[in-house]
This record gives sequence, structure tokens and C-alpha cells, in this order.
Amino acid sequence: MSGHEHSHGAPEAAVVDAGSSSVRLIATLAMFGALAGGILAFTYQKTLPPIRKFAGERVEVAVREVLGSPAKLDTLFLVGDKLSKTPPPGADPLEAVKVFIGFDASGAPIGVAVEEKAPGFSSDVVLMVGFNPQTSALTGFKVLAQTETPGLGDKIIKDSSFARQFPGKLVTPLKGDKSATSDPSTVQTITGATITSKAVIKVINKAVETWKPRLDAYAKEGGK
Amino acid sequence: MTAIHVDAAPDATEPIVPGAPPPQPLWLDFWRGIAEDNPVMIQMLGLCPSMAVSNSLENGIGMSAAVIFVLVCSSLLVSLLRKVIPGEVRLASYILIIATFVTISDLVMQAYFPALSKTLGPFVPLIVVNCIILGRAEAFAGKVKPVRAVADAFGMGVGFTLALCTIAAFREVVGNGTLLNHPLFGPNYEPWNFMIMPPGGFLTMGLMFLVMGWWGERQKSKRAEVTP
Repeated sequence: MSGHEHSHGAPEAAVVDAGSSSVRLIATLAMFGALAGGILAFTYQKTLPPIRKFAGERVEVAVREVLGSPAKLDTLFLVGDKLSKTPPPGADPLEAVKVFIGFDASGAPIGVAVEEKAPGFSSDVVLMVGFNPQTSALTGFKVLAQTETPGLGDKIIKDSSFARQFPGKLVTPLKGDKSATSDPSTVQTITGATITSKAVIKVINKAVETWKPRLDAYAKEGGK
Repeated sequence: MTAIHVDAAPDATEPIVPGAPPPQPLWLDFWRGIAEDNPVMIQMLGLCPSMAVSNSLENGIGMSAAVIFVLVCSSLLVSLLRKVIPGEVRLASYILIIATFVTISDLVMQAYFPALSKTLGPFVPLIVVNCIILGRAEAFAGKVKPVRAVADAFGMGVGFTLALCTIAAFREVVGNGTLLNHPLFGPNYEPWNFMIMPPGGFLTMGLMFLVMGWWGERQKSKRAEVTP
């Protein structure tokens, strides 16, 4: 066996000579680690403001779209299970769960917009849902994230006739149907993308069901 | 490539590193990554990102830019530090260097190209485990001077770009009827959606390797005819 060769003294001595002490190995790696950490901390600090700015802008664009260009926007944060004008202590306002309230030029409320998600065919379908909490009528929705099947599921974005059905529909709750309908709380699902269409409906129902009671409670307590 | 003979004397200041690539003109270090050692087509490395992000040319270009940046920077640094890094921990050090550059490129992309960063998703952070980069650090950059390391890294990066963008352009044109989001065929073209889904990636790559293999064989037999 080759083990015999390894028992010779000479090669082993050579290995010991060529090797480095553990201290040097640890020191080198620790130094590299510290350097890498420093560089990354610097890059993170430099890139954080634009990253946050973009995330905020993206949400705001979606809110404005689903509420039909409101003149003024208010933000309410979820603290415990109540709504408050200030974010929960210590929480990042960008990450906190919140609802946007849109007002028209005369100061009358148009509706609210919330982010909600539900599983679709191959991914979570994340929507910004706009609705009027008094009447449960939809003002619209906008897809924030999805990775559904290209050409089928992604028609919820690309097929504008699907999204056009939603404004004005009553969420009591909202239902989907394969054929065209004039029912005030039913929309027509997309052929070949029934599961994704149903996911959109599910998200909208979930948004209204969870947020309407919160908004009602907030209004009752005099928060307008 | 067999006729090229380089009789540059070994650098006196540079002890011969075992396993180091033989000296050759700089442009050959660069050219090798594009043609005879193309990372995707010949070495078959980096196939995972080539498959995953090649569904549109825009994604392909974004991914390629990130890979070139990481590859060139980490090869340069690995080469500069080749005498400082002890052999026993070289792989750990290489990964640390690569991961740092990958994270930088990911953060910069998120900050300044948010839409692209969103579509590339996890595949930018996954450049850390891209075999092309660690492979070049271990096989080349750790054994040669910085100039050669950069030439090699740049060649490999361009080679990756060419392969990835060819696949991506083909898949986008056939699968979506567009190139860089410009419609090519008018409204009557029914896009072959299948091509921008994963099976289309496998099919495109398979076809490309078939063409490359056929072409390589043809070149070989042509050369055999010339020099019997």
C-alpha cells in the first residue's frame, strides 16, 4: 500500500517546512474577515438610502395608482391590532404593517390601500388593494410581486381587461366566474389562469376582511 | 494554436509556482476565455445562472456585468495577495474575497438598478458559488502576476457574456417576440412561451452545445486534411 511511502521521514519533514503555523492561518483569515466586513459595512451605508428611497417610491406609486391619484395621502400603522398615526416604537416605518388613506382635493376620503398576499399557482401573489371601507367597493389593485407562469398567470398584469373589471366591484365577498357576468361582486377569471385569477380574488377578500374591522374600529374611536 | 511558441525567459524575480500556467502573450490569456476555454460552452461551468436568467437579453446583460465585475476584481485581488495567503486557507480566503465583491455588486444593483435587481432575484448573490470565479482564482489568478490574472478574468467574463447573451437573445426573441423589450414581429406573432420557461432553457442550451460540438468536429477534421 502507499502507506509505506508515507512512513518515510523526508516527505513529512517537507510538509512541516512548507506548512504555516495555525496562528498565522487564523490571523490571515481573521484579517481578511475584518477587512471584508469593513468594506461591506461601508458599501451598505452608502447604498441604503437609495435602496430605501426606491422601496418607498414603489409603494407610493402603487398606492396612487389603486386610489386614482389622491390629492393627499395619510398613513396609519398597525400597533397591536389597533391603528395609529405613529409607527410601533422601535419599528422601521418602511417595514411596518400600514394602511394608506387617500383624500381628494376637497379633503373627502376616496378609499384606503393596503398590501396583502396569498399563494397563487407557483408563488405568492402580492397586491396593493384599494377599496372604500364604508361601502366595501374596490377602487382597484396593483400587482407588487408575482412569479406566475409567463404567458398564462402573468396575464393578471399583462391582460388589462382583467384588471379593468375590478374598480366598483363589491367585496361581499368577491367571487370569480369563468363566464362574463354583470353581478356586482363577481369578476370573470382568465382562461388558462384560473388559479392565479382566484389568488387575486383571495388576496382582495383577505385585505378587506382583515382591514375593514380595523378601519371601522379606528373610525369609531374618533380617528375619522 | 499549436504553432505559437513563446521563448520569453522565465521571470527571474518570479519563482516558478507548481501548476502555474505556462507563460504566453497577454492577448492569448484574454482570448482563451472567449474561444477555446469558453467557460459555458467548453468548460461547462456556470450553467445554473446561464439557465436561470437567460429568459431575456436584459437579464443576461445585467448578470454578465455583475459576473465580469466580480471575476475581474477577485482575480486581481487573489493575484495581488497570492504570496500573503497561506496555501492551507487559500480556498477560504478566495471565497471571502469573492463573497465581498458579490455583496458589493448586489447592493449597488439594488440601489441603482432596482428593477433589474428584482428580476435577477437570488441569482446575483448566488454568483458566490459560481464555479467560473473560484475556478479562475484557484487555477490561474493565484499563480500568476496581476496583469495576466486580469487579462484572463476579463476574457473569461467576456466569454461568459457572449454565451449567456446568445442564449438569452434567442430565448427572448422566440419566447416573447421581443429583443430588449422591443417587439420584433408585430401583433400577429404568438410568442412561444415555452421558450422563456425552464424547459426552453434546457432545449436552447442543448441545441447550442450540439452546434458547437458539430463545429468543433468539423474544424478538427479540416485541420487533419491540411496536415495529413
